[in-house]
Amino acid sequence: MSLTVDSVAKKFGRFPALNGASFVAPQGGFVSLLGPSGSGKTTLLRILGGLEFADSGSVRFADLNWLDMPARTRNAGFVFQQYALFKHMTVADNIAFGLKVRPRNRRPSSADIHKRVTELLDLVQLSGLEARYPSQLSGGQRQRVALARALAIEPRMLLLDEPFGALDAKVRKELRTDLRRIHDHAGVTTVFVTHDQEEAFAVADLVAVMKDGRIEQYGAPADVRRNPKTAFVSEFLSA
Amino acid sequence: MKKRFLKPTEDPLWLRLFLGAVAIAFIAILLLLPLALVFKEAFANGIGAFWTAIKEPDTLASVRLSLIAAGIAVPLNMVFGIAAAWCITKYDFPGKTFLVTLIDLPFSVSPVVAGLIYVLVFGAQGWFGRSLADNNIHILFAVPGIVLATIFVTFPFVARELIPLMADQGRDEEEAAATLGATGFQTFLRVTLPNIKWGLLYGVLLCNARALGEFGAVSVVSGHIRGVTNTMPLHVQLLYDNYDYPGAFTVAALLAMLALLTLALKSLLEWRYADELAAAHRH
Ligand SMILES: Nc1ncnc2c1ncn2[C@@H]1O[C@H](COP(=O)(O)OP(=O)(O)O)[C@@H](O)[C@H]1O
Ligand SMILES: [Mg+2]
Repeated sequence: MSLTVDSVAKKFGRFPALNGASFVAPQGGFVSLLGPSGSGKTTLLRILGGLEFADSGSVRFADLNWLDMPARTRNAGFVFQQYALFKHMTVADNIAFGLKVRPRNRRPSSADIHKRVTELLDLVQLSGLEARYPSQLSGGQRQRVALARALAIEPRMLLLDEPFGALDAKVRKELRTDLRRIHDHAGVTTVFVTHDQEEAFAVADLVAVMKDGRIEQYGAPADVRRNPKTAFVSEFLSA
Repeated sequence: MKKRFLKPTEDPLWLRLFLGAVAIAFIAILLLLPLALVFKEAFANGIGAFWTAIKEPDTLASVRLSLIAAGIAVPLNMVFGIAAAWCITKYDFPGKTFLVTLIDLPFSVSPVVAGLIYVLVFGAQGWFGRSLADNNIHILFAVPGIVLATIFVTFPFVARELIPLMADQGRDEEEAAATLGATGFQTFLRVTLPNIKWGLLYGVLLCNARALGEFGAVSVVSGHIRGVTNTMPLHVQLLYDNYDYPGAFTVAALLAMLALLTLALKSLLEWRYADELAAAHRH
């Protein structure tokens, strides 16, 4: 039931954005992809979410041939750096979206959807804001809505692309603590992209340091910090 | 006395007054005056005469034909326009720039040329002329040709309105919808369409105005058969050429009224949904 990413490669035109990235994460693990801008973190995450297609390599997750499934059926919640909230929908409708689009036989009743939305609002600490539109929220609040929306579908995988990148330091810290709490509560396998090593080390069980489309080093935060395997990793961590 | 400085973006008063006067004069002389004259001529002999002129069978036939042409061209171009804008902005594929250029073609080509293209294709001496004649199908100098010509010249309106809008909105919301389990059609209906509805409405209104008013392309393929293949603009010219000035101005006034109605509708919707429009632009 673990997540196995095996030699995933992807070119944009002739430019190799991913050069055979591999890592294994246990079911329910919290992995952080850490690396400088342009190292391929977003590309790898989007491949896991089904928003981009790998040229070669494979991903197995929960005994599924993950890359053969379309994004729609992966049931992987995705949180984007720029929120990507539905701007014409209220907070409540944003969160309920993934439940409302289910086929009729799997769609909860509207009472159940309402209940679930209320629970999620509570979980991300936004109770009382359900009738607002995204444009009426602060950045931190928007990202909380995005998180609740991704969790509403009871995802088997949670993918976050520098979700707190646009927020100030204090809000970032608050949100990452909340994210960890929510992860531990839901037990969902999580991949979290960031270029901020402090954030990666604070929140993840496993850190993959990326460079030029490859994973330079992979391991527990303490190990990576104590034994940087390459000059690049030790330099990146001391920066 | 306190000295008043001009803001960096502020021009001197005399210049602003001058420019304002020029603009107003232009609008008055080139737009309002002719429009007023059309209505004055149309109602010169009273509202009764206006009605009699409209109830003329050939005039009614031209109104009906114009409405048929617009009624077919506008919905089709709405679907084409949405599909084209969707492909161009939500997907990457080779030949994309070429497709965008192609969409603009009806704008850059003179309507007369557009009409002639149809003569070349469907005319008696054209590519399909023979087989069409053998099967007794009439396209040129008949309603189908008029509809085709109208579709051609009004094709870009919806697509042109939507492409910049959809390009500006990007694919983020559609991608989010996909990860949340929505099908392509659900995504279109629940995410894309609500985001483009205002642009779509503008495009459709403009497309409709042009469909009703198109002269050049339709003129080439129509054959000007009174009461059969004359649209409103063509009928105006026919009446005018026959020195039937009251009749010509009556139909012209009717066309102008349809245009004003379109404008009024657009303003009404803008006013009614001002908040929503502002919210959509703010984000
Ligand atoms: N759609 C794309 N087209 C072309 N090049 C891209 C595209 N997406 C990413 N790239 C390139 O691939 C490399 C890796 O990008 P990305 O995965 O976004 O890196 P990161 O998220 O680590 O900053 C970058 O050099 C970027 O310019
Ligand atoms: Mg990135």
